[in-house]
Amino acid sequence: MDEKVITVKNLVKKFGSFLANDHLNFEVYRGEIFGFLGANGAGKTTAMKILCGLSSPTSGEVNVAGYDIYTETEKVKRNIGYMSQKFSLYEDMTINENIRFFSGVYGISPKDRKEKQEILLRDLGLESSKNTLIGSLPLGWKQKLAFSIAIFHDPRIVFLDEPTGGVDPITRRKFWDLIYEAADRGITIFVTTHYMDEAEYCNRVSIMNCGRIEALDTPDNLKQQFGAKNMDEVFLKIARNSE
Amino acid sequence: MKQFIGFLRKEFLHIFRDPRTMIIIFGLPIIQLLLFGKVINTDLQDSKIAILDQSHDNTTREITSKLLSSGYFVLGEELLPGDDVEDVFRKGKVKMVVTFGTNFEQDLERDGKVDVQLLADASDPNTARMLTNYATGIINDYVKKGKLQNLQLPHQIGTEVRMLYNEGLKSVYMFVPGIMAMILMLISAMMTSISISREKELGTMEVLLASPLRPIQIVLGKVTPYLLLSFINAVTIIVLGVFVFGVPIKGSILFLMAESFLFILMSLSLGILISTIAPNQMVAMLISVLALMLPTILLSGFMFPIANMPFPLKILSSIMPPRWFIVIIKNIMLKGTGITYVWKETLILMFMTFVFITLSIKNFKTRLE
Repeated sequence: MDEKVITVKNLVKKFGSFLANDHLNFEVYRGEIFGFLGANGAGKTTAMKILCGLSSPTSGEVNVAGYDIYTETEKVKRNIGYMSQKFSLYEDMTINENIRFFSGVYGISPKDRKEKQEILLRDLGLESSKNTLIGSLPLGWKQKLAFSIAIFHDPRIVFLDEPTGGVDPITRRKFWDLIYEAADRGITIFVTTHYMDEAEYCNRVSIMNCGRIEALDTPDNLKQQFGAKNMDEVFLKIARNSE
Repeated sequence: MKQFIGFLRKEFLHIFRDPRTMIIIFGLPIIQLLLFGKVINTDLQDSKIAILDQSHDNTTREITSKLLSSGYFVLGEELLPGDDVEDVFRKGKVKMVVTFGTNFEQDLERDGKVDVQLLADASDPNTARMLTNYATGIINDYVKKGKLQNLQLPHQIGTEVRMLYNEGLKSVYMFVPGIMAMILMLISAMMTSISISREKELGTMEVLLASPLRPIQIVLGKVTPYLLLSFINAVTIIVLGVFVFGVPIKGSILFLMAESFLFILMSLSLGILISTIAPNQMVAMLISVLALMLPTILLSGFMFPIANMPFPLKILSSIMPPRWFIVIIKNIMLKGTGITYVWKETLILMFMTFVFITLSIKNFKTRLE
């Protein structure tokens, strides 16, 4: 667990005079589930966009999957997966077509794709629906598929931006089972969320407020540190402290 | 390259699976062309007229038969002296009444001058003007070539009119270039902007940007299908224009295609620009319709002559890309001119393309920052 896959040192991002990320420092290790929490506007989406190469930092050192974010953006992108909060498959295309498209984008050979596709569909129990349009699947399935496709090219890190918005707790729990499986395979999970029960599922959690990381530790340590019963309380205490 | 082909495949799937897109791309051009060419026809054909002939001599009969055999007029009613002319108009049966006075032929031979009265229903002023013009033309022609050939007339200056480049004054000659500009604009600019803003709206754009695909690949992948489809449409419109409506192509077809290609590129870059501004499909569509379609129809000189517009609108019209394109294709198709006569318009279109692309890149970068 000691191999670092993300290193961030003194990351600063300014929009004009507004400081969206104020000297962030953290490291994420291989196979870890890293929760990235914060209220709306705390700067977590900005930071995540920088880590994914969607936006460039104002200053600071950022290394993702062993590559420098300034100079090796393309290599970074090749080694990460990304799933947006609006979940990210094409509704007017079938499961097969979506897999084919994203495989093509990440340069997976047709032979590899077919093998992996079979395993994926079998694991999810979707073998019979491979020619179904994504649009006609229930939301829970769409999310599972979106996640499976986001890690289809075996990225070193997968970024999940509020992946479980709008689904019921049971589906959410099932979705987390997939996340654990991926982490067991050595894929690092970097996840933002609003749900505090999900924060409990993470190995380590960082909590942002007003562009700064206010706390970073395992959920248990954080609860101890803030004398709180659960992550909800931890979160509220941090938010109040800074007011 | 493989990535790019995969991307194109995906884009074509989007297009072929969306009935609305399919109708706009493949149905609209043909429907519009047929509509403008066949139905909304401002040419006169078989207009009903009434004749009030009080002489019934050879000359009046000959003139009447000339009028009726011209193809513009058919006899709706024959009036007798004493009939109420206005009553015929009120009933709406005919559009024009031609009246010959008594002793028509005799007067003509004696005085060398006689009048035919044309009464037209000017509740529709354009039609009335056209009907009287046509009828006057036919009668003058008859008088000059037939009747009075040998007659010596004292000092007369006659005008001889020939309508160059469109002898038959067919309105379809106007519509084909206009519709081509409109359709290419619609498909290239509107469809591209909608398709890009759809990815933004659905959140898939972020996924694409976080993938190894470069932004330029994404944009090219989005644009290429519409480039192909627009080009197919340009060809379809030209083929229909030539074979169904008989519009000539006097200039080089290759040059015509090259100019169409330039116009498509311009529209595509405009579409990209719109998509960098519009947050979702709805806004993209509104901008396209309000800012592109309406001005294209109203201000490009397609429907209404630019020369008659008030000064502010003239200025507005000159920033409408279709205006220049219409000039170019009319020149090539009807006059058969080459680049030496339309280089100015071509340069304007190139400049517009350049401006739109530069603005798009600038907008795109600010959004990523």
